[in-house]
Amino acid sequence: MSILVLAEHDNVALNSATLHVVAAAQKIGAEITLLVVGEHVAAVADQAKDVSGVAKVLVADHAVYAHQLAENVSALVAELAQNYRHVLAPSTTMGKNILPRVAALLDVSMVTDIISVVSENTFKRAIYAGNAIATVQSDERIVVATVRTTAFDAVANTGGSAAVDTITLAEDAKVSRFVAEQIIKTARPELSAARVVVSGGRGVGSAENYHAVLDPLADKLGAAQGASRAAVDAGFVPNDMQVGQTGKIVAPDLYIAAGISGAIQHLAGMKDSKVIVAINKDEEAPINAVADYWLVGDLNTVIPELTSKI
Amino acid sequence: MKALVAVKRVVDANVKVRIKQDNSGVDLTNVKMSINPFCEIAVEEAVRLKEKGIVSEIVIVSVGGKESQEQLRSSMALGGDRSILVETNDEIGALEVAKVLKAIVQEEQPELILLGKQAIDDDSNQVGQMLSALLGSGQATFASEIQVESNQVQVVREVDGGLQTIALTLPAVITADLRLNEPRYVKLPDIMKARKKPLVVKTLADYGITAGTKLKTVRVDSPAERQTGVQVTSVDELVDKLKNEAKVI
Repeated sequence: MSILVLAEHDNVALNSATLHVVAAAQKIGAEITLLVVGEHVAAVADQAKDVSGVAKVLVADHAVYAHQLAENVSALVAELAQNYRHVLAPSTTMGKNILPRVAALLDVSMVTDIISVVSENTFKRAIYAGNAIATVQSDERIVVATVRTTAFDAVANTGGSAAVDTITLAEDAKVSRFVAEQIIKTARPELSAARVVVSGGRGVGSAENYHAVLDPLADKLGAAQGASRAAVDAGFVPNDMQVGQTGKIVAPDLYIAAGISGAIQHLAGMKDSKVIVAINKDEEAPINAVADYWLVGDLNTVIPELTSKI
Repeated sequence: MKALVAVKRVVDANVKVRIKQDNSGVDLTNVKMSINPFCEIAVEEAVRLKEKGIVSEIVIVSVGGKESQEQLRSSMALGGDRSILVETNDEIGALEVAKVLKAIVQEEQPELILLGKQAIDDDSNQVGQMLSALLGSGQATFASEIQVESNQVQVVREVDGGLQTIALTLPAVITADLRLNEPRYVKLPDIMKARKKPLVVKTLADYGITAGTKLKTVRVDSPAERQTGVQVTSVDELVDKLKNEAKVI
């Protein structure tokens, strides 16, 4: 039996999150089909067929899928899923929005955010903000699951030569409509895929200070920028930069936490980073317990000094 | 219009949980329990819509043990009008909870159905979407702004990379994200009043649902411990460690 992977893309390019899901699918070990749903997605389909390990690409290109509304996309995925043993998607807002709906349409339970594959129907996933790891077994006829992308190394986006098939099914559920979107443009690497992440918390004080102090360091390291919930709620940075249980989960090679105390909810989003550096005024900050290196000091002087010395 | 809000009793967000010795689960004896923070945001939103004159009645629903009555009472103290507890002490999965909620929605016929985006215990983020699928309604997950306009609702959603606005035909299911609102503090007189508000106790059988799930938790472990770190005393020492010891820059 084979695996259906719902590809993440923006109608222009395949998102790297998909490559991590294909890696998880390879661990399950069956033929992998990549499903590209959107509008004017020829370029995405073209990239999808080159992805290493993918046997087949299905393309559903239609106006009803333009903004990947959950109601329309999930109906299609559930229809196609009947021919597969597994349906996977990345644990992004797209995957989390669509897959539970697919599972309910199929009348099966679903596994959220798997971090490792034990067997074809048994997986590990984090619960309680990452403070416990549950091993779960699905006895459903179809295993529907989202994959934590940071837990699996991406497969190569070249070297594959999948056959491409077109799907003509397209129905508008007519219960939802796209109105607008506001995408925050950034020249920095994507947060969940970055090799280095520089994050600021309440301790940076203000939006101006966040950028004045942390931007040069991030630029020098070629890092993505993140934030704690406190920094987001205080309006220092937009909420798509939030790292934590309810924000993004990251696992870069280097995570620099500046002015972040280290609440359970924040640690849940970054404690799998390879090396964690904490810079904090408070010697007792909980973040120090997970940090590999911690420096007690004022980030307003420490960070510029660090920037100048690396 | 009528609003229905689903709430869940969970371990308090500030508690650091412990794994049971036999790895069968998380030890919940004598642990502080609360209403799931996202559910509280959903209740608050319903109350605000009522204060604006859009919502006329708020029904709060919970599926769980007898103790969940506490969370229903606090939801009514926030402004809910009445509650339904579907009592069960057995393990029940997200799909089954969605089925119970579907049956209640069909009975109550609310136009707006509000849930939290995820419960902080199982971190699943599934019930709202599943309920919406079972109802065949529109869904708006990760909502940070809700505007009701006659027979439809406009919702701003928090998505990776920014915000997305969608419009749904009512009835619709909306799941609350953190920034939708800040729940109010409950005042003592409201707690007293909430004690007198109606709370109906039902069973799974009343809705033709059997407990259980085809998703079995085989075991629960502690996450791998990180190596204890070291305190560095200067930026020079930090740069040196990052370059020569950790080799990450």
